[in-house]
Amino acid sequence: MDILTAEFFQRALIGGVLIAVTAPLMGLFLVLRRLAMIGDTLSHVSIAGVALGFLINVYPVAVGLVFAIAASFGIEALRRKYRSFAELSIAIIMSGGIALASILFTLGKGFNLNVNSYLFGSIYTLDTTDLIVIGVVTAIVLAVVLLLKKELFLLTFDEDAASVSGLPVRYFNILISILTALVISASIKIVGALLVSALLTIPAACGLALARSFRQAVVIVVAIGEVAVIAGLWMAGLWNLAPGGTIVLLLIVILLGSLTTRAARV
Amino acid sequence: MEERLERPAVGGAAGCHREIVTLDKVSYAYGSQQVLDNVIFGVQERDFVGLIGSNGAGKTTLLRMIVGLTKPQGGEIRLFGTPAGRFKDWHLIGYVPQRNHFNPLFPATVREVVMSGLYGRRKLLRRLTKADLDRAADALDTLDIPDLADKRIGELSGGQQQRVFLARALINNPKLLILDEPTVGIDSETQLNFFQLIKHMHQHHDMTFLMVSHDLDMIRGYLGERPKASSGKLSFFVRHSHDLEDCAETDLVHTLRKEG
Repeated sequence: MDILTAEFFQRALIGGVLIAVTAPLMGLFLVLRRLAMIGDTLSHVSIAGVALGFLINVYPVAVGLVFAIAASFGIEALRRKYRSFAELSIAIIMSGGIALASILFTLGKGFNLNVNSYLFGSIYTLDTTDLIVIGVVTAIVLAVVLLLKKELFLLTFDEDAASVSGLPVRYFNILISILTALVISASIKIVGALLVSALLTIPAACGLALARSFRQAVVIVVAIGEVAVIAGLWMAGLWNLAPGGTIVLLLIVILLGSLTTRAARV
Repeated sequence: MEERLERPAVGGAAGCHREIVTLDKVSYAYGSQQVLDNVIFGVQERDFVGLIGSNGAGKTTLLRMIVGLTKPQGGEIRLFGTPAGRFKDWHLIGYVPQRNHFNPLFPATVREVVMSGLYGRRKLLRRLTKADLDRAADALDTLDIPDLADKRIGELSGGQQQRVFLARALINNPKLLILDEPTVGIDSETQLNFFQLIKHMHQHHDMTFLMVSHDLDMIRGYLGERPKASSGKLSFFVRHSHDLEDCAETDLVHTLRKEG
């Protein structure tokens, strides 16, 4: 049980609790706009940035963030070229990101670059800088979502109506992309690039099954994110499991529970 | 437009029948296919305009251009006299989209959807007030769906959903209501009820209607047998509001409610 009181575990818990607010929140907006795969894409591109960060000796998460933001603009640009095939742009950027990451990782072999820790997460190695980054990202995301919750709802529910009501939809889309890139870059060290999108999409999937109102959906996704992260970290610590994987499997268990509840209710 | 010149001056107050939507030689092509070619038309205050056309005639494109979702490739659209690109008073326009354009699994209650009609440029970064909540309640009462307020939008029938979207469009007390095939996929009795409601609103309230419809019978029944204007495969049917007497400002949501 000593692990639960160890400093590295406490750091992991703080980082996890913060990310469990923002990732499901952004995920809800993305899933409702049928952009669930964006999480995966941005995280894979972000990994290429992380690798580059190691190579050029710059804080990897920051380089990852820059890559993720660039990728989100790339997706938007490609999406406009292939209007009715939005998923095509996501697939292209995603494979581009992985390709770049693989090359950079190979180049970085001599630099003792630990691929696994970014692919599968290494929440126990969060340092103070990481926690500050996660804290700032959480504060930014929460502030924006609270300030613009009405507008984000309208945009998510009915983009055309948002446009007709005079909202600058293009800027809102850019804002959502940047916030998503922020959340993903900050989450990579926690659950890993391969699993980030689970933290974005699975709580949202539960929310869709359980919530009657949008307000409820927001509460449910954050609550489920928190339960999965706290319980997952605790179980991982107790039984010496991979934390990222434990969190994601717990999320899937909760999703199955949500679907059963819904089936029982209907 | 010719019929504008022919129109007798009716109504009382000055400026009552100003032109609120102007299509000035509007053109649009998808690739080499010209769907809209120099369309000229004017919607005047309190008119009821029905827009009919076969698939691919450019109905939806035209509607999307009017509400600023698509830019015309040629010509100009003016809203209340202002070029659409510079138009800012979007609260003057209520928009009822096609019913099937949202995901039925979306977690939102009827009240949340109706309230969202208020969110826009004007409410950006502002908090909702008690008056806003009251307006939503009034809009629901007006359309006779107060008991649906806390239901999830996806659980409702097509006709009920369409009333919700109408309530959302009316919550700002718009001058111009734009409806895009509002009754697609709704059974005929519910369609009839919906048209009755729209007609009632046109006859008794200070509002202008622009409706895209596939229902030629309904359009002819209310707007006359012959279109006022045609362009390509598009036909504009118009009923002017000669029978409306005053142009006083009315607040639709509140007055309809008073009438019970």
